[in-house]
Amino acid sequence: MSATAGERGGDPHELGHDDTVPISERGPAPKRIVVAYGFWIFLLSDFILFSGFFAAYFVLSGATAGGPGGRDLFDLPLVATETIFLLLSSFACGMAGIATMARNKLWFQVAMGATGLLGAGFLALELSEFAQLISAGHGPQRSAFLSAFFALVGCHGLHVLLGLVWLTTMMAQVWAKGFRDDILRRITCFALFWHALDIIWVALFTSVYLLGTVR
Amino acid sequence: MSEAPKDNGDLAPGEDDSADPRALWRGVRGYVVGLVLAGLLTIASFSAVHSGLIYGPAIPVALIALAVAQMGVHLVFFLHITTGPDDANNMLALAFGVLIVALVLVGSLLIMANLNHQMMPPDMMRQMQR
Repeated sequence: MSATAGERGGDPHELGHDDTVPISERGPAPKRIVVAYGFWIFLLSDFILFSGFFAAYFVLSGATAGGPGGRDLFDLPLVATETIFLLLSSFACGMAGIATMARNKLWFQVAMGATGLLGAGFLALELSEFAQLISAGHGPQRSAFLSAFFALVGCHGLHVLLGLVWLTTMMAQVWAKGFRDDILRRITCFALFWHALDIIWVALFTSVYLLGTVR
Repeated sequence: MSEAPKDNGDLAPGEDDSADPRALWRGVRGYVVGLVLAGLLTIASFSAVHSGLIYGPAIPVALIALAVAQMGVHLVFFLHITTGPDDANNMLALAFGVLIVALVLVGSLLIMANLNHQMMPPDMMRQMQR
């Protein structure tokens, strides 16, 4: 039996766990929450992986070996377009989550398709930036700064690519098997992954592109 | 365990209240709010670089503050890492992750700056090798 709303007034989230069932007798949390928690731990470990690449980039950002620095190379309008693509992709992924809640297969496929196309657009822009840099002789072998830049941005791009592969398999799974419980858990994990990539991109465009242009 | 009705829409990742049709609209509204906030913060970041609205030397600090704010918006509105009852573990794990990320970043920068500072100038090195 739960406390009434009036009694919970000072504790709207029930952080005090004011239930008659003691916490030791409630049993494990529902599987979907445990799975999302486990995947969140993985994502945090991924953030720590990225923090290593970020640290390497910050340390080496001045080591241009007489070559061009960030200010000479970065094309901010292109980066802004990439950012918009990824943000809208994240939003479309959220809409896929809503369609999942409504158990609507058509809207799920439409929203996931939009997510995938926007993600692919982001990846295409990033690859064109890389191709431009390499063809101008500013490839990763030019300086330690460029090595660290390609490693960091490329690692994020690789994550987006893997996310796209996962996205297509999720679309196929929902199409073939419907909204089964295990499929629902996979959709939740994919959404967490895709939104986490956007968080890393926020850190990336700020610290690499914007701060690199300011300095 | 008896389920208390949740009117505040505070759900951990994986938590599902699809039985409630109002939950759909609440969900859509949450994502729209998140998109608008994140969009505004992105525009602010990109315009802070060249607009001249911010005092020059303060721009890096402003950019970092905007980025942290936008990451917070993503966490709350997109990943739903909030302070809800089933989110306590997620929040604790996030705090630990932030600690490790900060240690890696600050530690690397500090150690490498120190090594740079201690490094012998090249001409002095040549003299010692004779």
